[in-house]
Amino acid sequence: MTEGLNRIAFATLAIVLAALWGLPFLYSVWTAFHPEKYSANFVWNAPLTLSNFVEAWQAAPFALYFLNTVILIATVLVANLILCTLVAYAFVRYRFRWAGFLFSLVMVQLLISPEILIVENYLTLNNIGLTDTIIGIALPYLTSAFGIFLLRQTFKTVPKSLDEAAQIEGASAWRVLWTVYVPLARPVYLAYGLVSISFHWNNFLWPLIVTNSPEVRPVTVGLSVFATVESGIEWSLVNAATLMTTAPLIVAFLIFQRQFVANFMRAGIK
Amino acid sequence: MKTRLKMAIPLVTGAAIALTAPAVQAADLEFYFPVGVNAPAVATIEKLTNAWAAQNPQHTVKAVYAGNYEETTTKALTAAQAGDPPQVAVLLAIDIFTLIEEDVILPISDIATSPEEKAWIGSFYDGFMVDTQFGGKTYSIPFQRSTPVFYYNKDAWRAAGLDPEVTPATWDEMVEMGKKLTVKDDNGNVTQWGTRIPNLGLAGAWLFGGLVKSKGDGLSTDTGTEARFDTEAAKASLDFMLRLAKEEVMAPGGITWGDTPKAFLEGQAASIWTSTGNLAFINENAEFDWGVGFLPGGDGPGAPVGGGNFYIFKDTTEEERAAALDFVKFMSTPENQAVWSMATGYVAPSAAAWETPEMQAYAKRLPQALVALDQMPHAYREFATFQRARVTQFLVDAIEGVITGGADPAAALAEAQDKADDVLGEYR
Amino acid sequence: MNMRLSYGMGFILLVLPCSLLVAFTHYPALKALLNSFWNNGSSIRPSRFVGVKNYQTLLEDDKLMQVLINSFIYAIGTVPLAIALAIGMALLVNSKLPATGLMRLSFFLPTMLPMVAVANIWLFFYAPGIGLASQLLNAVGLPSINFLGSTNTSLASMMVVAVWKEAGLFMIFYLAALQSIPTNLKDAARLEGAGSVRIFFDVVLPLLRPTTIFVAVNALINAFRLVDHIVVMTRGGPNNSSSLLLYYIYEVTFGFRDFAYGATLTVLMVVILGILAAFQFWVLDRKAHYQ
Repeated sequence: MTEGLNRIAFATLAIVLAALWGLPFLYSVWTAFHPEKYSANFVWNAPLTLSNFVEAWQAAPFALYFLNTVILIATVLVANLILCTLVAYAFVRYRFRWAGFLFSLVMVQLLISPEILIVENYLTLNNIGLTDTIIGIALPYLTSAFGIFLLRQTFKTVPKSLDEAAQIEGASAWRVLWTVYVPLARPVYLAYGLVSISFHWNNFLWPLIVTNSPEVRPVTVGLSVFATVESGIEWSLVNAATLMTTAPLIVAFLIFQRQFVANFMRAGIK
Repeated sequence: MKTRLKMAIPLVTGAAIALTAPAVQAADLEFYFPVGVNAPAVATIEKLTNAWAAQNPQHTVKAVYAGNYEETTTKALTAAQAGDPPQVAVLLAIDIFTLIEEDVILPISDIATSPEEKAWIGSFYDGFMVDTQFGGKTYSIPFQRSTPVFYYNKDAWRAAGLDPEVTPATWDEMVEMGKKLTVKDDNGNVTQWGTRIPNLGLAGAWLFGGLVKSKGDGLSTDTGTEARFDTEAAKASLDFMLRLAKEEVMAPGGITWGDTPKAFLEGQAASIWTSTGNLAFINENAEFDWGVGFLPGGDGPGAPVGGGNFYIFKDTTEEERAAALDFVKFMSTPENQAVWSMATGYVAPSAAAWETPEMQAYAKRLPQALVALDQMPHAYREFATFQRARVTQFLVDAIEGVITGGADPAAALAEAQDKADDVLGEYR
Repeated sequence: MNMRLSYGMGFILLVLPCSLLVAFTHYPALKALLNSFWNNGSSIRPSRFVGVKNYQTLLEDDKLMQVLINSFIYAIGTVPLAIALAIGMALLVNSKLPATGLMRLSFFLPTMLPMVAVANIWLFFYAPGIGLASQLLNAVGLPSINFLGSTNTSLASMMVVAVWKEAGLFMIFYLAALQSIPTNLKDAARLEGAGSVRIFFDVVLPLLRPTTIFVAVNALINAFRLVDHIVVMTRGGPNNSSSLLLYYIYEVTFGFRDFAYGATLTVLMVVILGILAAFQFWVLDRKAHYQ
């Protein structure tokens, strides 16, 4: 008897929680598709409109912002994949002095990420003249401690026998890396890729202070510039712009839900 | 108004400048500007910029929308420090001390030296030129100047039994009328407040300056080294805001700037105190009869002046400066001032602009636009000192502490004054 | 493997990539320390060496005290709440209830959104009068709450936003952990007559400890690292009631243009994070074994 009641209570809790959780987002979506008049008045059958999206798109160069974000995350991802692989390989396959120390040093970045040191990193970038560039935004993140950590864990699980077998066949260190280690780590690369893309798409504070011009602004900064107003806020426009900038992520998530979840899970376990 | 007599001079001067300006060497200009979401404004800037570019094919100009005022200033300073400043930018009038301290701008009066150009500088309203002066030189040219006005819902006035052509002139009248205008529903919750004065952040501090002026004082002086927070006028202004909340004329607690026009349009406030820059937005969207009046004042009318001016940067070549000056002159011709003012509701900063046929027609269609102009004699410069951002934050904290956190006005202001004096002491 | 690392290989594999990392992690930390001993300069008043003066200012800075208290409350508040909700959500999604896919979508979606987007959504949600939160309150007869415009509620409102964004991500980690719990353990407990609640507390929860540690560390780091919502929604106000340490650093450095004091505050932040790291290490050392 109590089990049944428990189940109903449980189910109600679940529905209420899920509904409440989705409410802010749903309200934002609703507002984006309705004219400004209705942005404060929830009227069931208010007319739908796409004009907010059109107006928002025209008010700021969102296409450019998207392009910048894509260039940014692609640059970071490629650099991450390569550089983190190299470092993880070194830690796993070789023995050298200071290995432990160096590894701890690298892991510091897990705690003290580049945004924490925003003041000095900005000055560094200023000194080398890379402010207001996409590579400038990417630079502090090109080598990622998290990536190194994940890949090192993964590479460690590669059986030594495979490595030795390849060496016997005369493979150089590079060939061994490419033919033995990398293929075995493919799922982790995927998982890490998703984490990296997600992080850098969403990064805001650092790109905000690094960029000045629209030509290099990523979408997060573009959205905030768009939404900060000197005159009145038009909520339907802001919500439309917000939705626009997050739509690619949402669509990708809906399509690849299963993989996303599985990969985040994998990233977590490791 | 005395200004209407000065009409002839600027028009002739404008023509003279246009005709006699020597051909300028080619330059690439970068022009930073701040505007809000009000999309037509961005398009208007681009239209004007392109018009100048078309007239001056030897130059190129790139108009860069840099966000709001704070962001635009930060961007400009950042770019200047990196050695690549814009040649010309519209930045807050009150950033003058910061820009001077960082040594990134040139006095316009040093570049615009011919007699016609001097006359051109003199053609703007005094009220807008006061905060361009330092050390006897003119550092900027007014462009998008604003002043807050009192927007009110005439239908709400009628519903409350008030004469829709009469707005409160004094604080006491504001409280009186406000009490009649506040409407509650059956649960005792207020559905319409008598008035709404934004009090959070820098916008709150801006409006606060107007209140202080209406009590006969100012928040700062033109030396840039003096902050006047701990004054009777300031305390009276805080008391007024608290009184409005206590008498249920205004919502208690923090009130944001950004939502204010919307609240007005939604009927949540029968009257609002906000920038004349919102005129166009309200005009397009109001579904009720509305009007504009002077801000109610303590001892008399008072308002702050705000908005942005043109600055020309120092790290520029001769050609760039000449081109930038030409650009600024173009943007401030009476006709273009009129275009800009009509698109946004900003107050055109020179008399000649108001005399153009377009503005005359506009003023006929929308007489509300004239109120801001008529309020100008009672306006005072916005708060500005060296280290403006930091010192203003002391004031903002004090206001917010009193309004949203129940701090004691006198104590809060005294504390803000101490902190300001600490910072500004180094500059005296 | 124990192969010898030649200088050439070492350079490519280690020196090059790691120097990038060091350049933006360790070097700036040291630079901040160095810069904190100079005062802030401008073009007309160049910067000079002032020893520990910036630190004196730091100790006398009331605003900083407020900011630190806020940061502490924020961390203590968001981390356990996010964890508790994440466990709850994971249990729900992992259960035999209908529409778990939809639930999972609803819980995880905020994680996919950039914090600035989340901030805009909640800014609208919290708006007095016109926001949904106010409308809901009014619908049940309660007065509107000025969430962001009151010193009492602004920090809590920011915490809600952070938890809303994060809990979904942590839910995923817990889901993974839940699904890897061998069913025979639960079956054995059930055979011994334990009810669902007891099974949860005595069997499941202890097995989730490694995940909890991982999630807690992540949440703690994020509590310091992520201030986008402060920038967009409250700018630290009203009256610094919602200002967090990194936001304060941002305000001082890029708002007031005081790079010297910004450096000083950065040193403080690094020290605080270091202490937290040491604390976590100690906890980790004592607690679970974690593959």
